[in-house]
Amino acid sequence: MTTASAPVLEIRDLSVSFPTETGTVSAVDGVSLDLAPGEIVGMVGESGCGKSVTAMSIAGLLPGSARVTGSVRLDGTQLIGARESALRRVRGREIAYIFQEPMTSLNPVLTVGRQIGEVLQVHERMSRRAARARAVELLTLVGIPSAALRVDSYPHQLSGGMRQRVMIAMAVACGPKVLVADEPTTALDVTVQAGILQVLRDLRDQLGTSVLIITHDLGVIADIADRVVVMYAGRVVERAPVDDLFANPRHRYTAGLLSASPQPGRHAGTDRLTEIPGLVPVLASQPDACTFADRCPAADQQCREAAPPLEGIGGTDHVAACWHPCTTAPTAPTAAQEANR
Amino acid sequence: MARYLLTRAWQSAVTLLLSTIVVFVGVRALPGDPALALAGEDRSPEALAAIRQHYGLDQPLPVQFAQYVERMAQGDFGVSIRTGTPVSSMLTTALPVTVELSVLAILIAAALGVGAGVLAAVRRGRPAEWLANGLALIGLSVPHFWLGLLAILYLSVATGLFPASGFVPILEDPVDNLHHIVLPAVILGTGLAAIIMRQTRSAMLDSLSSDYVRTAKAKGLRPRAVITRHALRNSLIVVVTVVGLQLGGLISGAVVTEQIFGLPGFGKMTIDAVFQRDYPVIQAVVLLTAAAYIVINLLVDLLYSVIDPRIRVTGEPA
Repeated sequence: MTTASAPVLEIRDLSVSFPTETGTVSAVDGVSLDLAPGEIVGMVGESGCGKSVTAMSIAGLLPGSARVTGSVRLDGTQLIGARESALRRVRGREIAYIFQEPMTSLNPVLTVGRQIGEVLQVHERMSRRAARARAVELLTLVGIPSAALRVDSYPHQLSGGMRQRVMIAMAVACGPKVLVADEPTTALDVTVQAGILQVLRDLRDQLGTSVLIITHDLGVIADIADRVVVMYAGRVVERAPVDDLFANPRHRYTAGLLSASPQPGRHAGTDRLTEIPGLVPVLASQPDACTFADRCPAADQQCREAAPPLEGIGGTDHVAACWHPCTTAPTAPTAAQEANR
Repeated sequence: MARYLLTRAWQSAVTLLLSTIVVFVGVRALPGDPALALAGEDRSPEALAAIRQHYGLDQPLPVQFAQYVERMAQGDFGVSIRTGTPVSSMLTTALPVTVELSVLAILIAAALGVGAGVLAAVRRGRPAEWLANGLALIGLSVPHFWLGLLAILYLSVATGLFPASGFVPILEDPVDNLHHIVLPAVILGTGLAAIIMRQTRSAMLDSLSSDYVRTAKAKGLRPRAVITRHALRNSLIVVVTVVGLQLGGLISGAVVTEQIFGLPGFGKMTIDAVFQRDYPVIQAVVLLTAAAYIVINLLVDLLYSVIDPRIRVTGEPA
């Protein structure tokens, strides 16, 4: 879904680095991204590519030692460098988060009703009683049966899928404009995953919430996302509508990701999954070169001497940062195949 | 819950009986003879025999033990060999002193320790943490009897702000009572606070880096709510454990502080009794200490399940 309306979230040239004992580590470098109202954008990449750091920096949730530059605008309001009190009013109310581990992300000693109600008490000035009543409604909304009973449960009394639904209920309690879901299904069974993704889709449809979903699972992306952002070593390397990306990956890294992912029709023994050799580099500073060059089969001198710009190839919706983009689709699964597996 | 309490009561009774046996035998295995201690100048065999007969010391040990348990079950702890007063009346004067001192000391320790521990964890790597850590190190390494002596020297003798020794029962004069007990309680509490602070700090550091604290921040809660409702609530198990152990220790072990400040508490009574081989008093003191430990432990275990709903009390023996 590509809308012409103004983006609700506008990230421009976002860079994040952390001072460590062995020197500065650059985690995110010049990331730009728009999120239109009601749009679901998937952010994909290997562990350590800067996905989560990008997500956390949106509402200023990184530790104080992080150095963040660039711009994050929510409906035009600048969030980078905003006062802590202003950010607190944004967190949970306009930008809400769902995290990976629903067991550890919920407070074990408070009932789920209390944890959901807390958001309403602080942002909507609801009484504890009213917040609890609303929590029951929210639990029903995210598909928890007998919510009136469940509201008094503690997290350990619920299954993993239920806990993640509680996290979602908590996140959408104030009807946020943006929902950031950081690996929301990674810790869950596949069957439970599908249910959670359906809840997210329903919420987008009902509440018009924009969703930024972060995952390393291409199946999840294919299932739910309208657009995809591929990140590598802190940079956006490719951005495209979901079908376009799966059908026609441009960046060599995207192509590598796709062919490293299993799909119907390719069987063990006849076809092997292709792995991308090497690891995501940890960079002290961002070089003026393609950071994927060391792992790329098509890399040459140019790749090591200049960083490729993020350029439109064909349609303007599809951009990739590669000097030698793929021209034809490799043996990559289509979005439909990915979603069905 | 009822079943759990029943099981615990049964276990406690066994523990008490065992500790009674151990003390009964242990006290009599100590070198020294109470008859000799009592006889004074007249150490004729006749006099000693009379004393032994009077206190039942000439009976075989099992008989003495049976008599002791029987009387104790009726609330009769016997008569002090040294002073001739009933042990139960000695306890009713000494126990309130020790309980008041211990409870006051532990309250001071918990307030200081938890406060400083939370502060040190929240302000990690900043001057507030260094200060808290430094004070804790001092609190741990400076012996509190020495602190007590200093306090008496400078706050009592030199300035007269506090009485140097003695005790006034709380029912007689609450203000004067507090005046007498506050200094020893503070001295006793500061050492304990250091341990509570260290434990609170490390538990808080754990909770503060947890996922649920990240969630709480992402919800837009104020730092105060994040720290108290989310991080501290989850650190309380550690605090309650330490405080419970310390309180048990205080009931029996405020000996040195009581001695220094001349408080007529349990500690002083125990020392006097041990030196005089005052069997009935020693037995009563140890029994009561054991009972205090058992009750405090039970309270701590019950508190666990209040603090953390994942911990459920059941009828199964632990």
